[in-house]
Amino acid sequence: MRCGPRCPPNPRAKLRSVANETAPVRLLPTVVRGIAINAPVRSKSFPLPSSLQVVPGTQRAQAAYPYYTQFTAADDQRFWFYNSMHFPEPMSAFDMVTAEAAYCALGSSSTRVHCIPTTLGIDHRIINGRVYIGGNAVTDPAEIARRTAEFQQRAFYYYDNWERLYAQWREKMLALIHDARAFPKLELPEFEPLAHVEAGRGVASNHYLLDIYQKTLEGYFRMWHHHFEFLLLGYGAYLTFFAFCKKAFPEINDQTVARMVAGIEAEIFRPDEELRRLARRAVELGVEAKFAEGVSVEAIIESLQQSGDSGRAWLEELETSRDPWFNINVGDGFYHYHRSWNDDLSMAFASLPGYIARVLAGESLVRPVEKLQAERRQLIEDYRELLSSDEERAAYDQMITLAHRVFPYVEGHKFYCEHWYTNLFFNKIREFGALLAAHGFFPSKEDVFHLTHYELEAAIIDLMTSWSNGSPPRGPEHWPQIVAERRAAIGEWAKHDTPPALGPVPDVIDDPAIVMLWGITRESLQTWLDAGDDAAGNEIKGFAASSGVVEGPARVVKSVEEIARLQKGDILVCQITNPTWAPVFQKIAGAVSDIGGSMSHAAIVAREYSLPAVVGTGTATSRIKDGQLIRVDGGRGVVTILR
Amino acid sequence: MASSPEYVSWFADIGLGDRQDVGGKGGSLGELQRAGIPVPPGFVVRTRAFERFLEAVERQSPLRAQVEALSPDDLEAVTACSRATRARLEEVALPTLVVEEISSAHETLCHAGVVPAVAVRSSATTEDASDASFAGLQDTYLWVNSASEALRMVRSCWASLYSVESICYRRRRGFAEAGVAMAVVVQAMVDARTAGVMFTRSPTTGDRSVITIEGAWGLGSAVVGGEVTPDRWVVGKITGEISVREISDKKIKHVPLLAGGIEAVALEEELRRTACMSDAELQSLRTLARKVERQYGHAQDIEWAIDRHSGSILLLQSRPETVWSAREPAPVARAAENPLSHVMSIFGGRQ
Repeated sequence: MRCGPRCPPNPRAKLRSVANETAPVRLLPTVVRGIAINAPVRSKSFPLPSSLQVVPGTQRAQAAYPYYTQFTAADDQRFWFYNSMHFPEPMSAFDMVTAEAAYCALGSSSTRVHCIPTTLGIDHRIINGRVYIGGNAVTDPAEIARRTAEFQQRAFYYYDNWERLYAQWREKMLALIHDARAFPKLELPEFEPLAHVEAGRGVASNHYLLDIYQKTLEGYFRMWHHHFEFLLLGYGAYLTFFAFCKKAFPEINDQTVARMVAGIEAEIFRPDEELRRLARRAVELGVEAKFAEGVSVEAIIESLQQSGDSGRAWLEELETSRDPWFNINVGDGFYHYHRSWNDDLSMAFASLPGYIARVLAGESLVRPVEKLQAERRQLIEDYRELLSSDEERAAYDQMITLAHRVFPYVEGHKFYCEHWYTNLFFNKIREFGALLAAHGFFPSKEDVFHLTHYELEAAIIDLMTSWSNGSPPRGPEHWPQIVAERRAAIGEWAKHDTPPALGPVPDVIDDPAIVMLWGITRESLQTWLDAGDDAAGNEIKGFAASSGVVEGPARVVKSVEEIARLQKGDILVCQITNPTWAPVFQKIAGAVSDIGGSMSHAAIVAREYSLPAVVGTGTATSRIKDGQLIRVDGGRGVVTILR
Repeated sequence: MASSPEYVSWFADIGLGDRQDVGGKGGSLGELQRAGIPVPPGFVVRTRAFERFLEAVERQSPLRAQVEALSPDDLEAVTACSRATRARLEEVALPTLVVEEISSAHETLCHAGVVPAVAVRSSATTEDASDASFAGLQDTYLWVNSASEALRMVRSCWASLYSVESICYRRRRGFAEAGVAMAVVVQAMVDARTAGVMFTRSPTTGDRSVITIEGAWGLGSAVVGGEVTPDRWVVGKITGEISVREISDKKIKHVPLLAGGIEAVALEEELRRTACMSDAELQSLRTLARKVERQYGHAQDIEWAIDRHSGSILLLQSRPETVWSAREPAPVARAAENPLSHVMSIFGGRQ
């Protein structure tokens, strides 16, 4: 009889070598810096800015953007990338105020306030309505050293006094919001009210148009300074911990680190929580039948008003949710047409039938905050235990402590800045639009957004002058044709894809602002370049944002208006996923975006809903065709086009 | 068993502290069972059985002195001595009490086990945990299906101590032959539906937060022996997330032979590219792996099997991971006097 085979000594030896089989773990950029430096430099480059053509017939619309945003020959020497994360659609002449106000404030923070050692601010250029941006790295070691001394004095002061300064920030921000809400209504009465005369006001109503406009604009620029007051420092502290985890646990998922840091009760979850609360109240009040799928908001509200105390009680609940939590935009708030739930209740109401059905099925829909907090604590403790030494554990404790201190700002600012304030701002501009439209400057109040903020001031002064001298304003002859031309140009630009980047690929992207905010690295650029070569390949790589594997039809959504097309089980493919689309997250099976990191709010919401998500793919919206069957592997950060 | 046996010990009664008597493998299996980790039932033939036997051999003519006199570089002499010694160890009668106790324990085990077959594995006391190469010089016999065969394999295990490799190894290190002893593990076989190995850290990156699991249909010997390309998973130790999932084309599986031993058979077509276990089973393995690792306070190499009949998961053996532990790098970071200075790794440019 033959005996069993000899047992080889060591099963370890039989574990196959996986070095070449495993896709490299996608890291958040800063962490990859060391790798990027060593990456082979390919001679390939993106198209030069000078080679980009303004779409024929849109030259005049292009010329509307200020001279300082137009590409020049010297720009060919620099690297630029399309900021599709914040500006995924061609932006109208007025909306570019968001780009300049934001870059003004971002640059101030990094260049002059906190003095980030390795970078100044961000330049921006606009072509075909697309915003390209380029970093301004500091490379001279002596200059870096000089700035490091400044940075440590300034940034460390912020970190040391974070809670006090952040409390102060909230007050500042709420005061700014309060001021914006208090801007008077725009009025041009035929005769100045007698009361003004008797009070001896001495300043006529037309002057207040300019006053309110300038204050509105001033408030917006100021808001962006508030927005960036803490942001780079906050992200930096988070990334410090992130980089540590990636070194200590090379195979850890981005989202696991994110889960260790992310807050449980961040403002960003509140709007959706309010919807869940309203769904519960509807059931408790016995009015849930009013919220049938497909019934208009107006019809629902009318029928609630007619259904006695319980209906009215629900409507009162609705009001408490609306202020402030429905001041959330259906987009990132960077475009005038990213309207808030308050502006358009249908967005919020769309998710009520789904939530009500879940309440009726016995779900509480309450986020188990304590349980989530306990899970987070356990996660942090479990990873801590795996570290190799007490020395490492001490460093880990220091880093996560700082990350936890700064993170409430990183998560919380968006609601106040990008949503609440931005919404107030665009609505005030819309009021100017309505006034100008009423005076024949253009057909619709929305047309005001085809004027730059300089032009809008001119139009307002035109109207002020006209009111004062009794002659008709000149605007009605001047603007309608221009507005029509620019509206057509936006439509035209939207039909054309634009390169993800322009100019020579830098050897290394050593700009913490760019890597932190845009997730762009040497490695991700290489992927974009390769995507051009390998357009036939069926695999698209990105950041692993929320784990799980799912297959389903792709719904390629290029603008916010299209999200109504999403059906249950679809996989959302978009340029940037947005957390305020939260209601659609209960319909979709997964999400894929062109740009974004593992801490993008999209990733946070996707994890909250346990939806597989891959972000920062660079090319998903151009490579995936609407309706294609795709597979999203959110744990590996891979999207596969199946057919 | 009526009275406490002298030469065998059941797993339940031993632990790592008994390694001098039961060897590394035996002590480890006892330790696992004590920690509540499911292992196939079994017993250890203690080193004193070997010593008792060797005394009988020595009484005929000296053995240890002869081995100790060898030079590891004189391969010819070592080979001759090895051959002669092993022949003697096959011939000399086993002490009666040793035979009785092993036979009796074997009978108990075969009643307890699902299949009346056992694995016989050497469990050397000189088997240094951190020196896996020596561990590899010992033998394992699978699907041994009678008491007499089991006794023969116990003898073979003992004899393996006198293989050319073993002798050279000891001579090179100058170990005293008097201290050389061997225990033998006799363990119920698991008729595995699926079996394999797992490693409580990444073999490629050393990451302690993942568990790498490899498995294939049938008995684990196909995976351990490298005769099949196993399915492979990487599972987050803490999160349970399955980050790698490679289902390979598993052409064969190992099955037990009626007559004893193992044979490789072609795998049914429809199973070849089918995952050999479910996600729930992967998660159970993860739980077990964490438990074992905690028990030992050290990353582990684990062999496991899923019983075809009960569906339960059993650990066949566990040993400390050595490769990555031996080259533990410098800490990723150290506590800083000013905790804020850590952020300079992000803001300070290329370091």
